[in-house]
Amino acid sequence: MSPEFIIAAIVTIVGLTTPILLAGLGELVTEKSGVLNLGVEGMMLMGAIAGFAITAFTFNPWLGVLGAAAGGALSSMLFAVLVLQLNSNQVATGLALSIFGTGLSSLIGNAFTGRIVPQFGSIFPAALAKDPIWKLVFGYSPLVYFALAMIPLTAWFLKSTRAGLILRAVGENDHSAHSIGYSVTGVRYAAIAFGGAMAGIGGAYFSMVITPMWAEKMTAGRGWIALALVVFAGWRTGRLLAGAYFFGFLMWLELFAKANGFGNSLPFLQDIPSQVWAAMPYVMTIAALTLISSRGNVGASAPACLGKPFLPST
Amino acid sequence: MTTLNRRSLMKAAGAAATLSLVGTAARAEDKIKIGFIFLGPIGDYGWTWAHNKGREAVDAALGDKVETLYVENVAEDASAIPLIRDLANQGCKLIFTCSYGYMEQTLTVAKEFPDVKFEHCTGFKRADNVATYNSKFHEGRAVLGTIAGKMSKSGTLGYLGSYKVPEVVLGVNAFALAAQKQNPAATVKLVLIDSWFDPPKEAAATETLINLGCDIVTTHTDSPGPLQILEQKGLYGFGQGADMSAFAPTAHLTAIEDIWGPYYVQRAQAIVDGTWSSTDTWDGMKEGTVVIAPYNAAVPADVVALADAVQAGYKDGSYDIFTGPIFDQDGNEKVKAGEIMTLEQLASIDWFVKGVESAS
Repeated sequence: MSPEFIIAAIVTIVGLTTPILLAGLGELVTEKSGVLNLGVEGMMLMGAIAGFAITAFTFNPWLGVLGAAAGGALSSMLFAVLVLQLNSNQVATGLALSIFGTGLSSLIGNAFTGRIVPQFGSIFPAALAKDPIWKLVFGYSPLVYFALAMIPLTAWFLKSTRAGLILRAVGENDHSAHSIGYSVTGVRYAAIAFGGAMAGIGGAYFSMVITPMWAEKMTAGRGWIALALVVFAGWRTGRLLAGAYFFGFLMWLELFAKANGFGNSLPFLQDIPSQVWAAMPYVMTIAALTLISSRGNVGASAPACLGKPFLPST
Repeated sequence: MTTLNRRSLMKAAGAAATLSLVGTAARAEDKIKIGFIFLGPIGDYGWTWAHNKGREAVDAALGDKVETLYVENVAEDASAIPLIRDLANQGCKLIFTCSYGYMEQTLTVAKEFPDVKFEHCTGFKRADNVATYNSKFHEGRAVLGTIAGKMSKSGTLGYLGSYKVPEVVLGVNAFALAAQKQNPAATVKLVLIDSWFDPPKEAAATETLINLGCDIVTTHTDSPGPLQILEQKGLYGFGQGADMSAFAPTAHLTAIEDIWGPYYVQRAQAIVDGTWSSTDTWDGMKEGTVVIAPYNAAVPADVVALADAVQAGYKDGSYDIFTGPIFDQDGNEKVKAGEIMTLEQLASIDWFVKGVESAS
């Protein structure tokens, strides 16, 4: 394998990884506040169409990304009102949001099918971004760097800031947080909105970066993989990054094993049915869960209030 | 005592629906309903988009006599059955199920509604009220293979497919054989992604094929995503199902366009006239079902001439890419020199020709 081959493979893996990394990071923060939002797929699609539509109107992909974040966050607010204000079941409401987002994005998208929009330019000089070696570092969409920057920022926020501590307290023990005067509902609104915005940007990576076009259901189930990723990562940002790239690598490995044809150096890869590849992220998630629970408390478990409605006694 | 179960409720609902129809039956302008079951979204700009154009052609030609209904995004599993049944319950007299994977589902529902006519696309099982229709897409693939074989510098071609079904196998084989006529050393790397529509996976698969040395990639999945990747890399490819040149003005050398309108209009007319019968139709370039989109300026004149010769040969019957000798991947002779594969053989093909590199 030549260096060029490895670099090109890494570029492909980055493309496969970035959307699930963005959506997974948003969902991680939402879940840290004690809310399980299964609507990631719907929010990603809403972000994808919002980003595409805004770019189509303004011819500015940066405004498009803002639109994608707004689209994802707005659709997450539907979920937030239902589960926080009306205490509806989080699982059922999240599933409803996925279905709703899929449908609404298709409806809005009807007007945008077949249109072409301007794409992001590189934020680095072309000499670096196009260089066969340096493109490994500089040759990506701005959203890739945004996703990578958000990982340490979110880790720092959750671990070292007062607001992050409050968010985690709300997720671990909502009644205690409430009793010392924090607004559980307010914190959860913010966490859900952040999750929606990140899922929206993740969706926009499909409609604005990988294949700059709008097509219905173009996220093709990546929202569910992002949900599995959060569990796989044990609700930790560092592991989320590693897990996202691991999932991205598995997705690439399937394509590589198939494309490289018979007679290659890894013949065993070809005997794996493709359904096994498709199931791999979920199988890995179950394996990770088993490992976490069999080794006892290794600092990676679900927030204690995850999925439970908050019903203050007074 | 009558027990109230779902079936009796359905009967009651059916009776009520009939009653309400009685009131309007006197009106002469009652239209015959024709239903369509679509695989993808009608906005996929590929397979389903082309079928929907066919449906619109029926509306345009016979809009005063028929009314069309459609359901999109129908999975190729048991969930298709209630959706097909629903179209029949809504009073459709003719239902087109527009993908290979609806074969058993169509036959199941057809048994329940003997008075409704069904047409299953790309299948091979028929009944008194189930016809099949197909298109010789592989004739178009032979044109693409000719262009790719002549224009590829590396001699390594990429083929991005969905599933190992006869339609895709025929496409791969026609493409590979036609390319090898131009460049005997040409090989085809095949990736089947287990989906007809998954833009991010199609894009990643295209990147992987390019990385493995393919300089031309043809797609047998339904989104324009792969063409956008080829455009970014300055390489070439082809549109699938529809002219996709808007998405990749430079990379899009040409496309296979599926033109279903004339067939749909003809079959709808047969329902109106009461002359419908169960048939097996397999049209191609000659009948105008398979059309090659305009060539890109990047295709040199000598390659255009070669491609046009293939088209002309199919139209006058003098060319068939499945003329022996043909060898399979392991080098076994599957078709003897001078023999031409029959339609039956083509319809059930499950082996790839020599020079196709595939893991599946």
